[in-house]
Amino acid sequence: MDSSVEPTRQLLRLRGRSYVAFVFAPAVPIVGWLEEVDATLARSPNFFVGKPIVLDLSAVDLSQSAIAHLIKSIEQRNIRVLGLEGVDLAHVDASMPPLLSGGRPCMLQPAEPKPPKRETKETSLLLDSPVRSGQSVIFTEGDVTVLGSVGSGAEIVAGGSIHVYGALRGRAMAGVNGNSTARIYCQKIEAELIAIDGYYQTAEELDASLRSKPAQARLDGKIMRVTPLN
Amino acid sequence: MAKVLVVTSGKGGVGKTTSTAAMGAALAQAGQKVVVIDFDVGLRNLDLVMGAERRVVFDLINVVQGVAKLPQALIRDKRLENLCLLPASQTKDKEALTEDGVGRIIEELRGSFDWVLCDSPAGIERGAMLAMRFCDEAVIVTNPEVSSVRDSDRIIGMLDSKTVRAEKGERVEKHVLVARYDPARAARGEMITIDDILEILATPLLGIIPESQDVLRASNVGSPVTINSPASVAARAYADATRRLLGEKVPMMVPHERKGLINLLLGRRAA
Repeated sequence: MDSSVEPTRQLLRLRGRSYVAFVFAPAVPIVGWLEEVDATLARSPNFFVGKPIVLDLSAVDLSQSAIAHLIKSIEQRNIRVLGLEGVDLAHVDASMPPLLSGGRPCMLQPAEPKPPKRETKETSLLLDSPVRSGQSVIFTEGDVTVLGSVGSGAEIVAGGSIHVYGALRGRAMAGVNGNSTARIYCQKIEAELIAIDGYYQTAEELDASLRSKPAQARLDGKIMRVTPLN
Repeated sequence: MAKVLVVTSGKGGVGKTTSTAAMGAALAQAGQKVVVIDFDVGLRNLDLVMGAERRVVFDLINVVQGVAKLPQALIRDKRLENLCLLPASQTKDKEALTEDGVGRIIEELRGSFDWVLCDSPAGIERGAMLAMRFCDEAVIVTNPEVSSVRDSDRIIGMLDSKTVRAEKGERVEKHVLVARYDPARAARGEMITIDDILEILATPLLGIIPESQDVLRASNVGSPVTINSPASVAARAYADATRRLLGEKVPMMVPHERKGLINLLLGRRAA
């Protein structure tokens, strides 16, 4: 039995695809034009990163060495030249980018330099009204301040500290993102549970002498300390 | 402009239905045109407390589903002609209520009454949600005990977030009505004090209704206490609460224990 394996032949597939590329059309004097390019690069240094360009030389009449020099100057500015256009085939040698033809102009949205967006990310949350039983306030970006009480059965989860200007009767979990310096402050501590960075204490464990008094809770290593305020 | 008022509590058995009937009757006695709606579909009671159970033909669900027209389902009170009842269905359940249907009914009632009182079922499910959905004001009935107060706190949170007014950024005016207040137990320190309730709920007080035999008696004969025994302490407390709803300034009376002479002599407290 003949068991020779016929090598499977890979089919060559050709596909057409079109791309949009910037076209540089240098004008005389070339030195002045290059200064213009430098000015653009000074404004936005990364503008041409990942954007190779096509060099359209139809407006200028350059010798082969001049073209080679121009390409070199452009590539020194970290701009890659994808191809040439509008130049006689005789002036192009093998080391230069290929000669392109058949390009069509297309509209490009002027890429206006966007004003750098100011990052106005809130780092604290202020609640003007009491937090009622069953409500859950989750704010992992920072501190939570409540101007009112936190009802029994309500919970506050904060990335930072928790400040309650009223009675804390529900659950308060501060420093949930691993922030062990977060603290919990309240005017009247009657909490069901307080937690900082995963370490918690239930109402039962709370010192009876603190109950209904202003208090703060902080983490001392792995131990939660609840101390009276004032 | 008609006012839609929901009587709600979260917890069951605190006196929502009794209070709805008593305040509805008291508002009607004050000359207002009042309709009370029972939202407790499947467990209706307001018809009994109002003494209209034998005249129910159509109910809220029939109107929601378009089987009956609103005027056909409204039952006019025999004692007060400007007081009407829209009963709940006893055979359906609360899933039969739709937001569109309830909204349409309340909108229609706004046109012909001064006050629309919605008697909410207990709980925080569909029936209770739809009872409060379209309200302008709310009376939160609370008993002086921890479970009731916490449930009330939960309901207040929902009134501030789940009502049409709250979603439009407007305020639902809320009042706390403390019911089943027992002066004897209060004197012994066995109940949460009124001050503690108000501190926890951070909501203004509408009235304090003492625990009273008159209220139970009135419910059993199918007559709101404000009609059945208007001179009783409970009825007067409801009447005062109602006047506060109408915007009058009425001094708040904390019910206190009345010691009878014999009890006093025997050194016993009246229960």
